[in-house]
Amino acid sequence: MAAPVSTTERQRAGLLDRRLLFVTGKGGVGKTTVAAGLALYAAEHGRRTLVCEMDAKGDVAAYFETGPTSFAAREVFPSLWAMSMDTEASLREYLRLNLRIPVVGRIGPLAKAFDFVATAAPGVREILTVGKFCYEVRERHYDLVVVDASATGHIVGQLAAPQAINDLVKVGLIRSQTDWILDILSDAATTGLVIVTTPEEMPVNETIELAGKVATETSVELAAVIVNRVLPELFGRSEETVFNDLCRPAVSAELKKLVHDDPGPVLDAARLAVTLRRTRAEHLERLRGGIDPAVPMMYLPFLFTRLHGLRTLRQVALSLGEELAS
Amino acid sequence: MMAKRSPAKSELRRASLDGLMASKEIVVACGPGGVGKTTTAAAAAAMAAAHIGGKVLVLTVDPARRLADALGLEGIGNTERRVPEETFLAAGVKPRGELWAAMLDTKESWDSLIRLHAPDDRTRDEILSNPLYLNISSRFVQSHDYIAMERLFEIHAGGIYDLIVVDTPPTRNALDFLDAPERMAEFFSSRLLRWLIVPYRSRLVNFASKPFYQIADRILGTQFLEDVAQFFVLFQSMYDGFVERAHAVHRLMADRRTSFIVVSTLEAVPLREAEFFAQALKDRRLHLGAIVLNKVLPAYLRDPQGAAVAEKLRDRADELADAIAPKVSSGDVSQIRRVLSEVGRSYLDYRVVAQREAEQQAELATVPEALVSVPYFETDVYDLAGLLRLGEQLWGS
Repeated sequence: MAAPVSTTERQRAGLLDRRLLFVTGKGGVGKTTVAAGLALYAAEHGRRTLVCEMDAKGDVAAYFETGPTSFAAREVFPSLWAMSMDTEASLREYLRLNLRIPVVGRIGPLAKAFDFVATAAPGVREILTVGKFCYEVRERHYDLVVVDASATGHIVGQLAAPQAINDLVKVGLIRSQTDWILDILSDAATTGLVIVTTPEEMPVNETIELAGKVATETSVELAAVIVNRVLPELFGRSEETVFNDLCRPAVSAELKKLVHDDPGPVLDAARLAVTLRRTRAEHLERLRGGIDPAVPMMYLPFLFTRLHGLRTLRQVALSLGEELAS
Repeated sequence: MMAKRSPAKSELRRASLDGLMASKEIVVACGPGGVGKTTTAAAAAAMAAAHIGGKVLVLTVDPARRLADALGLEGIGNTERRVPEETFLAAGVKPRGELWAAMLDTKESWDSLIRLHAPDDRTRDEILSNPLYLNISSRFVQSHDYIAMERLFEIHAGGIYDLIVVDTPPTRNALDFLDAPERMAEFFSSRLLRWLIVPYRSRLVNFASKPFYQIADRILGTQFLEDVAQFFVLFQSMYDGFVERAHAVHRLMADRRTSFIVVSTLEAVPLREAEFFAQALKDRRLHLGAIVLNKVLPAYLRDPQGAAVAEKLRDRADELADAIAPKVSSGDVSQIRRVLSEVGRSYLDYRVVAQREAEQQAELATVPEALVSVPYFETDVYDLAGLLRLGEQLWGS
């Protein structure tokens, strides 16, 4: 594994100056949203961008209001291409490019057999997927490749796969191929990992744990931690005293007279908002304490919007842009 | 039991888990990641132990540290531990039964499975020290799915518990663990696997006649393929035991004594996944006992009068602040003004989300026997008292 270069020795590469970004995070934190938002932001700023879904659930397609994505990249927005990973298609491409074996027709049985080998030797399958992204980077087909990667539980295995293969496989084509893949992955100016989290207990725990594992078990640099769904702060300490005053029966009764209706639900809602924000602030504090201060941390606001789609995605991209500029 | 077809809203709100927890032997909590599956499973088990009685076990996969501490699970791996009665008493409940808890240690479970099925000590030791086995048992994702179900089977077969509540591992695809036992059986009986092993067994085989082997050899190298083959040869000695066991695990899942609860939030993405999951259970003829909707925003956020008040607070903050200032003992008028408009604005913000969620709930395509809504808890649940408080929401009044 390449010796990690301390950030004090060099300038950390800007997030979007890199060419390959793996976006990970615990299930449910908005990993796909952030990956798609990053890709949209990059594309809108003139970079030819590829966004790839590892698990084809069709969420990326939904964000760009297009049909389902496939292994063949498709332009879904000016300068923005989307694809989804497919092991069989990837194997086919691999065979064509590396073994010069043109594979016509279905390779189902072969892919299935390959699946079995991959089952016994984790890393073989990952080589096909991670290798595909590195290939796109090496061939300079795009300025930026954003991968909506596996969830936190599996990302280390995936990123460490080329190294694991190097250890397990002594000879053969894959062995000779892992070297250039490792070069791309361990070059911090080219490749980075983004962990998406929310200011909640489990996502924060997993983020801190993952940041440690990434540093010790892979050669990929942690490029940023993006905290999603940060709740707005309603008011500061002294204003909170005012708010508590407003909630006193005598005052809220007066307020009721003024607005001709019970302000109870509205005051309850504000209390809920304040408590939620406070609980999350504690987790956020813990997160800051658990991550290397050199790693940029960005914050995306909780979106009080209707449904998911391009409209939501635009707001995410906008917030990301503000964070990247600051 | 409730009518299956479109029950009225009021009925839905009354729906609860207690009937299910009192009549089943196994309850599996499943659903998308990050929705509170672990906490829901633990809360349901705690409630069953407290109010129904008997020996209840919660088998959990990856609890938050504070919750693990609360259940006394820290660093004990596969061992089942009883949550002391004193802990219940401290939470203000005299339990009718016992609550036990165990965590799933994938590596340890695999090892004990190998010990169970290995034909002799030599094979057992060879497998346990095989580098590919080490990789599979500790890293391979699908192995988690299988082992969780396998361990459940083993505990159930022990006949010690009246009810076992299982929290499922986060899966790449929600369906993986449902199919894991069958897939494991299929894997061991597949012709492809035998085909892969043949060249290793017999040097007489003509490599050139096997296109797959030829390609695989060029990609992976002969040595590595032989390692793989050797591993499978070792594993095959356990074939019968494994396949039989995998089928048995599958039968247990489909048994009437087993029920599934799908846990979700009302956010669009998790809910879509949860619905997909509920459908998958139906397709497989597995019993969907309930859908639990977590972190549901309070109904007062959808109150039309509330919205009208909030708008007034936001839009007429100046005038209201001036009028109310004499009654407020702290802060100046400008602060009161800001607080009033913030309070109004915040309500209207949350209202958008609450309305969206209510709509999502109304549109739920699959309506199971029970649909339970659990409100947003203002603080994290990290002790037994918290679990029981959450559990009250799952229970009928």
